[in-house]
Amino acid sequence: MLGKLTLEAIPYHEPIIMIVLAAVILGGAALVGFITVKKKWAYLWNEWFTSVDHKKIGMMYIIVALVMLIRGFSDAIMMRSQQMLASSGGQGYLPPDHYDQIFTAHGVIMIFFVAMPLVIGLINVVVPLQIGARDVAFPFLNSLSFWLFVVGALLVNISLGLGEFAKTGWLAYPPLSGANYSPGVGVDYWIWSLQISGVGTLLTGVNFIATILKMRAPGMSLMKMPVFTWTALCANVLIVAAFPILTATIAMLTLDRYLDFHFFTNDLGGNMMMYVNLIWAWGHPEVYILVLPVFGVFSEVIATFSKKKLFGYTSLVWATLVITVLSFIVWLHHYFTMGAGADVNAFFGIATMIISIPTGVKIFNWLFTMYRGRVEMTSPVLWTLGFIVTFTIGGMTGVLLAVPGANYVLHNSLFLIAHFHNVIIGGVVFGAMAGITYWFPKATGFMLCEKWGKRSFWFWITGFYLAFMPLYILGFMGMTRRLQHVDNPLWVPYLVVAFIGAVLILIGIACTVIQIAVSIKNRKQLQDTTGDIWGGRTLEWSTTSPAPFYNFAHEPQVSELDEFWEMKERGIEQEAKKPYAPIHMPRNAAAGVIISAFSLVFGFALIWHIWWMAVVGLVGMIATFIVRSFNYDIDYYVSVEEVERVEREGRERRALPSARTPNDTVVQG
Amino acid sequence: MSHSNNDHNDNHGSVKQYVTGLILSIILTIIPFGMVMMMDDPGVGVIWAIYGFAIAQVFVQLYFFLHLDGSKEQSWNVMAMLFTVVIVAIVVGGSIWIMIELNQNMMPI
Repeated sequence: MLGKLTLEAIPYHEPIIMIVLAAVILGGAALVGFITVKKKWAYLWNEWFTSVDHKKIGMMYIIVALVMLIRGFSDAIMMRSQQMLASSGGQGYLPPDHYDQIFTAHGVIMIFFVAMPLVIGLINVVVPLQIGARDVAFPFLNSLSFWLFVVGALLVNISLGLGEFAKTGWLAYPPLSGANYSPGVGVDYWIWSLQISGVGTLLTGVNFIATILKMRAPGMSLMKMPVFTWTALCANVLIVAAFPILTATIAMLTLDRYLDFHFFTNDLGGNMMMYVNLIWAWGHPEVYILVLPVFGVFSEVIATFSKKKLFGYTSLVWATLVITVLSFIVWLHHYFTMGAGADVNAFFGIATMIISIPTGVKIFNWLFTMYRGRVEMTSPVLWTLGFIVTFTIGGMTGVLLAVPGANYVLHNSLFLIAHFHNVIIGGVVFGAMAGITYWFPKATGFMLCEKWGKRSFWFWITGFYLAFMPLYILGFMGMTRRLQHVDNPLWVPYLVVAFIGAVLILIGIACTVIQIAVSIKNRKQLQDTTGDIWGGRTLEWSTTSPAPFYNFAHEPQVSELDEFWEMKERGIEQEAKKPYAPIHMPRNAAAGVIISAFSLVFGFALIWHIWWMAVVGLVGMIATFIVRSFNYDIDYYVSVEEVERVEREGRERRALPSARTPNDTVVQG
Repeated sequence: MSHSNNDHNDNHGSVKQYVTGLILSIILTIIPFGMVMMMDDPGVGVIWAIYGFAIAQVFVQLYFFLHLDGSKEQSWNVMAMLFTVVIVAIVVGGSIWIMIELNQNMMPI
């Protein structure tokens, strides 16, 4: 009846997990109780869960990502403390069985359920506003994408309390991840959480390519598009090109595990090296899916706060396009040591070194943008400066790893771990923090408290260097990754420093949480009534903060790059005097939530081999989709009176005091 | 939403186009089929000829059925097509190259 699922699946014997579970259940119950007492369920359902508004979907992506960041970071600090305690012969407090799940969950969560949603969330909030559109091309699909992603995150979290998570490392290489060596449900949790959220990501890719290519404001030719939109376009092209490889590869692993196929087994003609090859053919473009959009964030931030046009816009766009294509010819550098010959390794080594050139071009673009600008040291700028320094170091260690000979020494060592954390934290995390701080007022109507933002930055950056520089050294000393315990007292001092670094990062994360809480509490003092709190250059700053649900009362007409800056130079036209027209908008949709709920049932049932339940989930998904496609009442017109009312309120807000005006150099709060 | 749904001038083709495409596809299938059936010992040349006819047919179908051409409306579709071809060629060709090398180096007979 319930397949492999029995009461044994609950890990009673693991006190750490049981305490965490108890806390999660109590916290969850408190949250549900709070919402029920405050009678907010209808509000949440109508205004958020079923919303197809790209700004709300973007904010929900970021909220889920921040929650998952705390989960992923808990794994990180457990690993750091375990290695600190268990490197001079001790056993530490995490048994190998549990430790293996932790490093797998850490990687999976941080890439798929933190970095991806942070980037996709920012793209959602910002891109339609930057191109002067009223929503994305397929608003319902956008809601479906988000909820499928949430189901993936839920499955990972369910694995904590029911069964186990994969013990294979974040990419689940066979034959370890095959049915013979991983008979439990851990790898199945990994498979279905990635497959379901992966469908969501692919749909996002399709959606944003269509949005950016088809829905730009009149006059906005490609070379007048803001840089963030450009990088978002390239990232979404990469999603559409690369994610099908991941889906197909995991599907083959699924066939191996469920139906006794032999794509990647040791025997019967299988070849596990093909899995490594295919997963990295997706995996390397994935790196650029994450980092290209944050390059866009830094470009917007640095141009705005230097009060200058971005230096070398054209070169930055072309560098992005070159990276988009080159990202597909470097994947072998993830497995130089697998045994391909010198010519293959030389080709991919050189290709990897070449890809650092367009990235280097961008560094100079940002430096020359600041040169002779009046750079304002706001927290987004601090994150950007921290990024430029840190990412350059990470890039250089990357080029070192691109030398096949050096790679034979350093592969799978902590040097590699230090390298990719160096680029992902220094790049994606810093960029996401800069982007969230920069666009927060546009999404919510008030800015984040700068004081706590700067504290967060300083703790993050010192914490990062303390946590990962020792790992470079440990890598040179020969320490490999994923060690549960080891007996080498020489390594202990470095591991202690790395642990202290992780604690500082913890304080940095706490500062961000406090920052958000303090900012919500002081939202009256921190409000942005101008709509253009930083003195922005692109169209999103031309509408009010928070942007009305239809974004723009009048469709913007674009004639220049940095159109809004040009508008301000010309003197903003008296938009209000033009008559309003009814605005065509999509209706909210519950189908995205319902289809995703059935996909949760489907995935959960397949993990536990509960076949009847899988049928229920599958039929439910298809039936909901069919019912939805017969719903013709999916859009409506916002009346002129409604537009007038919203716009009048926006103008009245402008008369109120603002926490900051575009010309301020000193930031309050 | 407003400036997205107004251009319905996509080319969906005419009956004549589809019939032409169908006839051309049939011809391009019959010729290589005939070449194999007629010959007692088809050589390497025939295999290359089959490749040639197959590729020609891909272009026929892209042009007559999917309406890809050099026109301005189709430029994005053509570009997407080219990008896809390049990426598939890189991933498939690269994988074959890598796996052949691995086989040579890691599976000594």
